[in-house]
Amino acid sequence: MVGKIRPHTIIALVEDRPGVLNKIASKWRQRGFNIESLAVGHSEQPGLSRMTFVVDADTNAEQVVRQLDKLVDVVDIRDISHEDIVARELAMIKIRADKQTRSQIIEIADIFHAEIVDVEPDSIIIEATGDEQKIDTMVGLLRDYEIIELVRSGRVAMLRGPDVSHPHPRLDDEPDEQYDRYPGPHTW
Amino acid sequence: MTEEKLYTGAQMVMEAFLREGVDTIFGLPGGANLPLYDVLENGGVGIQPLPAGVEPKIYPIKHYLVKHEQCAAHAADAYSRVTGKAGVCYGTSGPGATNLVTGIANACMDSIPLVCVTGQVISALLGRDGFQEADIQGITIPITKHSELVLDVNEIPRAMQEAFHIATTGRPGPVLVDIPRDVLQKTGPFYWADKVELRGYKPRLTPDPNEVAKAVELIQQSKKPIILSGHGVIISHAYEEVRELAEKANIPVITTLLGISGFPGTHPLYLGMPGMHGMYWNNIAISEADLLIGVGMRFDDRVTGRLKDFAPRAKIIHLEIDPAEIGKNVRPTATLQGDARASLRALNKLVSHKERPDWFSWLDELKRAHPSILIRDTQEVLPQYVIREIYEATKGDCYIATGVGQHQMWAAQYFWYDKPNSFITSGGLGTMGFEVPAAMGAQVAAPGETVWSICGDGGFMMTLQELATIAEYDWPIKFAIINNNNLGMVRQWQQLFYENNTVATPLKNPDFVKLAEAFGIKGLRAERKEEVRAVIDEAMNHPGPVVIDFQVKYDENCYPMVPPGASLDETIDQPAWEPEKALVG
Repeated sequence: MVGKIRPHTIIALVEDRPGVLNKIASKWRQRGFNIESLAVGHSEQPGLSRMTFVVDADTNAEQVVRQLDKLVDVVDIRDISHEDIVARELAMIKIRADKQTRSQIIEIADIFHAEIVDVEPDSIIIEATGDEQKIDTMVGLLRDYEIIELVRSGRVAMLRGPDVSHPHPRLDDEPDEQYDRYPGPHTW
Repeated sequence: MTEEKLYTGAQMVMEAFLREGVDTIFGLPGGANLPLYDVLENGGVGIQPLPAGVEPKIYPIKHYLVKHEQCAAHAADAYSRVTGKAGVCYGTSGPGATNLVTGIANACMDSIPLVCVTGQVISALLGRDGFQEADIQGITIPITKHSELVLDVNEIPRAMQEAFHIATTGRPGPVLVDIPRDVLQKTGPFYWADKVELRGYKPRLTPDPNEVAKAVELIQQSKKPIILSGHGVIISHAYEEVRELAEKANIPVITTLLGISGFPGTHPLYLGMPGMHGMYWNNIAISEADLLIGVGMRFDDRVTGRLKDFAPRAKIIHLEIDPAEIGKNVRPTATLQGDARASLRALNKLVSHKERPDWFSWLDELKRAHPSILIRDTQEVLPQYVIREIYEATKGDCYIATGVGQHQMWAAQYFWYDKPNSFITSGGLGTMGFEVPAAMGAQVAAPGETVWSICGDGGFMMTLQELATIAEYDWPIKFAIINNNNLGMVRQWQQLFYENNTVATPLKNPDFVKLAEAFGIKGLRAERKEEVRAVIDEAMNHPGPVVIDFQVKYDENCYPMVPPGASLDETIDQPAWEPEKALVG
């Protein structure tokens, strides 16, 4: 990431219904938005999921937000790239390890405060949490050994401080003006 | 509101229609949507014996049987354009649903509220490639405002109520509700909410007062302003409001293709259409203007030409309901996000009259120097002449439905729309064949009115099977086929940009008169100029539907034209005719 323009971090609160991810992915594809990572799971509110996704720096983040906000299932969405946020990613790395290399690998994991979550006679799984740069650096060091498998969760992010990153949706918000759905005959 | 009574899923759909004021459906039955038909005519419920608690009920809803589902969607689309209400169409599962796709995409591009109810294969077969199964909910995701597959009969009332709410509010658009046949036959109580509450959907309708003040300031300062009046003016019924702004602030008005008939066609402040086939003076004026007020329009590429050179001297005020359209193509200086009518009202309260003699005399001079819509005085039957004669015969007191291509552009250029909302055309998607079903929907929506369908010969061939529907219901639509025996607009592009390599554009058309007669419809033909007015009058005097085959010049081109990729100030005007031979339009 060093020296590159930072990608955009966008968080969304979406209805937890079948087909919602399909609709969101369809917009990305249709509008040509380049998605670098996506993480989704339950939020603190029942029936709502929270998504974090990262779009590359070249993508027009304002259009991403506005196009996705058109989806009825997207309750709230915002670009938090320029906010004070905590952003983390989880990675699991399975490495070939024997008597000679095991202690060296554990030493690297220790430097990055990563945990050893599985040890077998000839392999080891490291679980690391942090920002992408930290994980990139650790993976880079581990490339001296044989990486059997690498999986990354994609970024999850939230605002620092006491406020919820999305204003909780309220159903009783009145529209700002009563709206006549069928305004009657067409006349000059 | 919940009642003890039980309803079948199909009855619930009908109950929803009743509450939404739906009395017209266009569709075609099939295995999967038969319960929706069974309940239409005889109040049956599609299941024998009748489940306990369910009563047969007759619903006062008229269904029009089309011959192809695409035309059900287009007819419902045009019905919606004319009435302002949501259009409703039916299709069965699989091919019935996929046939709707073009019509749904057309409605989506033009912001038309449609509610499309499709039958689906029974729940047990879903996802198992059952006979006539197609994932229509998935297929239509990118071309609907919302889509839902309803798997529980108890969800039908909610889904239907939300469908109408979403389709008709904010920026309107099509909504698809897909219901498996067995769900339509199951029973449950019917409920209807007083108010639809969707936490992810709250269209904003009134503009930010700060932006209104900024816009008023820009208007007051402007020496060379133009109003670009779009489809949003028609959708929100802001006719009076846009005229008030124009007259009060003294600003000339250009309408986009879909904005035509949103402003009186013979109003002294009216300048016509801009863009690829817009008036030369409009394109030059936009390049010269210091302020553009875009009302309910989206700065589409056919309007702007090469975007980076669009309106280089102008600040932009954008009145737009859809936030995603704001800043998508152009950067406005002031943004009135909200309903066009509400935004215009806010502006009208604050703007004041300003004389702009230099600007108007400059425009008049430009119009004199480049009279874009002259009709040559020739013995050939020119398509523009045919359209002008239809205008002369009707005096504009009719609905005009068009397809897509040269005839559409000429219908936009050579007809004066003094009747509000009288121009029914496929703008965004550009769907050839729209002219036939659109005329049907318009005629159903306005039964006592005259409907002219200005057709291309290519487009007419795409949907002419509906002549059977038109004959069956005896809709007195007048079809004017502008028949140049080729795909005119494509041929024009081949001539201008592909070294006249006219591959696949000549058409071997049938005898349209005999074809009409085969459907039991009156057929007429005009091959010479002096016959044109006579057949128009004859068609107008005939009480039923008429198909007229106007044999027009083969290779007439549509001008003015902005070549694809060029900027507006590179507009090619009508080639200079010898002025003494021209009839000034």
